[in-house]
Amino acid sequence: MAEVDRVQPAGVPQGTPASPRRDARSGRGARIEVSDGALIPGRGEKSTFSAWRISFFGALVLLIGLFVFKPHPYRDIMLFLPDGILKTFEVTVMSIVCALVVGLIAGLGRISRVMIVNRIATIYVEVIRGIPLLVQIFYIYYALGKIIQVPDIFAAVIAMTVCYGAYLGEIFRAGIQSIHKGQMEAAIALGLSRAQALRMIILPQTIRVVLPPLGNEFIALLKDSSLVSILAVSDLLRRGREYASKTFDYFEAFTVVALAYLVMTLFFSRLVAMMEERMNRRGR
Amino acid sequence: MADRVRIVNACKNFGKVVALKNANLSVKPGEVVLVIGPSGSGKSTMLRCINRLEHLTSGEIWVDEDQVTNHASDMRKIREEVGMVFQSFNLFPHLTALENITLAPRVVKKLSESEARELGLKLLARVGLSDKETVYPEHLSGGQQQRVAIARALAMSPKVMLFDEPTSALDPEMIKEVLDVMVELALEGMTMLVVSHEMGFARAAAHTVVFMDNGEIIERGPPEKVFASPKEERTQRFLKHIL
Repeated sequence: MAEVDRVQPAGVPQGTPASPRRDARSGRGARIEVSDGALIPGRGEKSTFSAWRISFFGALVLLIGLFVFKPHPYRDIMLFLPDGILKTFEVTVMSIVCALVVGLIAGLGRISRVMIVNRIATIYVEVIRGIPLLVQIFYIYYALGKIIQVPDIFAAVIAMTVCYGAYLGEIFRAGIQSIHKGQMEAAIALGLSRAQALRMIILPQTIRVVLPPLGNEFIALLKDSSLVSILAVSDLLRRGREYASKTFDYFEAFTVVALAYLVMTLFFSRLVAMMEERMNRRGR
Repeated sequence: MADRVRIVNACKNFGKVVALKNANLSVKPGEVVLVIGPSGSGKSTMLRCINRLEHLTSGEIWVDEDQVTNHASDMRKIREEVGMVFQSFNLFPHLTALENITLAPRVVKKLSESEARELGLKLLARVGLSDKETVYPEHLSGGQQQRVAIARALAMSPKVMLFDEPTSALDPEMIKEVLDVMVELALEGMTMLVVSHEMGFARAAAHTVVFMDNGEIIERGPPEKVFASPKEERTQRFLKHIL
């Protein structure tokens, strides 16, 4: 019983009800948290929020302005790209859904008491995190090609799933471990099995903890999905390249591509922040 | 009469730290045992071994005819029969007071929604919190949370209730409301093992006081005897500090 076998130092109260999960951070020494996702603006953080506004609406205004005042070539580009945006969404949504499943399994594997399961999950996470996503995409595409022929988009989704599953697995693991161990003990003491306790007590509480980092990963995945353009998947970036290679308007095409990505990621980061605020309001 | 709980030569080591040393204790049905002793003396460990939140290093523990320490016995069944109340309440924060109580009866005892609800409301009334049915734990005071936690444990109709310092995390003005519930429970004939230094509870409800030090049971007896004329020197010294 991994979590209850830990030695309780004598005399130390076994955790007070006051938010134990903050403890790790409130220690001495500053902790710098930088993620590769966009800054997620909460309403409380004035400067991030206004920076968000300026970037988001700035990008929108710029896109509209270019469309209206410089229709050639921008209008053509903007009419050419939406297919790519759809494809990007398709890849992103499919990948994140699959990665959530893989990630949850990997996260549970990482805390499993069954040695072999634990090992496999840990090795998976270590190996995947050590290989650049671009390399993984190439590798999975060609490795898969040796066995079966799948449509390019599925190869892309599989590669993204394998990669992001590892990162999401670590988020789930950290989320589960941040729940006070008294919760598991109380559930077990009531006669629930470990699996039931996990499903009914631990995971519902974990969701709240992992939602912000998951949102971050979703946005990071949206951006990384541009890498699949190397696999003949006509996503936003590839559509931009296709347009440019026809007309040689490279600068113009990539300007629109960049702005389109920016608007999307900023939109979703705000959405994640709003979801988080709603969850916090609903109480723990 | 057969013992409800029987602890035989119980030893528990955490690495090199000896938490329990040859502890022997038997508790009769309906008996209320108060376990006292300095911190780190193994009181909580002994309690936690009874429903196997900790595993004994050696020795045996029996609850009625079931051997807790035998890996073959059905632990879930034993845990259903042994209720536990924790120092830090450990209520489930994402569930309402009523849901906290009804979860285990629904999941483990397979009670129907309405049966569980009826049971839950009855227990909430019993601990004096009928109006808190839909309230989440974070909106309850510490005393109220602990009373919900007691109701939650009672919902499985246990044969034994374990209390691990149930009032230590409470503000003084809330201790009484929890102790009142516990005294009532004791008077109704519940078998209880209570780790606590609440002398009020000892006088009102305890049949036996057990004094532990360094993982050993040093002295046991009726409260009036142990408190008024302790035989052992270590007991005398400890009591001088807390009385």
